[in-house]
Amino acid sequence: MSHADLTMGGPTAGLTAGPAFSVPAKKMAMWLFIIADTATFAACLVAYGFIRNATPNWPRPFHNITNVALMTLILVTSSLTMLLGIKAAKAGDKSGALRWTFITAAAGIIFALLHIREWMALIGEGMTLFQNPWGTGLFGSAFFSITGLHLTHVTAGVIALIVVGIRYQRGRYKADDLEILGLYWHFVDIVWMFVVPLVYLLNLTH
Amino acid sequence: MTTAEEHKSGGIGKDLVVYFCILALAGFQFVIAYQNIDASQMLVRMMIVAIVEAGLALLFFMHLWAENRGLLWFVVVFTVFVLLAMQYGWTDSFRLSGGVPWAK
Repeated sequence: MSHADLTMGGPTAGLTAGPAFSVPAKKMAMWLFIIADTATFAACLVAYGFIRNATPNWPRPFHNITNVALMTLILVTSSLTMLLGIKAAKAGDKSGALRWTFITAAAGIIFALLHIREWMALIGEGMTLFQNPWGTGLFGSAFFSITGLHLTHVTAGVIALIVVGIRYQRGRYKADDLEILGLYWHFVDIVWMFVVPLVYLLNLTH
Repeated sequence: MTTAEEHKSGGIGKDLVVYFCILALAGFQFVIAYQNIDASQMLVRMMIVAIVEAGLALLFFMHLWAENRGLLWFVVVFTVFVLLAMQYGWTDSFRLSGGVPWAK
């Protein structure tokens, strides 16, 4: 097939001409990843809901919401700082972009540390993957797998923020790359909006 | 410059409004958690708030609203379809919790 066929309306020109939805390929790849990852988290949360609904003695171990409220505040705020970093990058302000990107990464690190502290407290109370002092042992596996998967995403995001931030400063990456990473970071934030009510707030001790 | 890029080059006023809306909605979820209502009602209320939060973040933080409408529909239709398709197992979950009448 000649180049003219592709550019001037040949039989397959519609399949090859221009990026899908006028979105750059890297950004489209990130959107596809986000759709796939949504399915992963949704599968975990639906499976959790399935066993929680079907298990009579489901534990309600959470007494205090301070830690999870603080984690939510930090993660939502980190989405705002990510936006500020992207805006600075689009405006050509490299130092501002790097500063906000690193602030976002720092927020991610604090979130992860608070999460690990909470895990350690629960482990200290006798909770493992397969048993806990409050009820069915399924709770531990559900809790650790869902929050662990989210924590893995946050950790990967922090690493990506640092790497992309440094490479952006050195000129290897552009503002568009920060924007694509921002999509991932906001997605991690969105997932947390569903994990909090389902895993924490519905398991509060009243 | 794409539509989404034009959107981002503006001020942060709208982003701040969305940020505070999301924070307020997140706070509202915590208020719901302490309401004296049935667990199923609590779940429904919390999920409605979470969907609104996620919608705000998706449309404005991720700038999906400012992207090509085709991308918006592509993301929404595929995601909603997958999420709805995953709900097929609930009848079995209720069977496990309540039992089926003909099994007694």
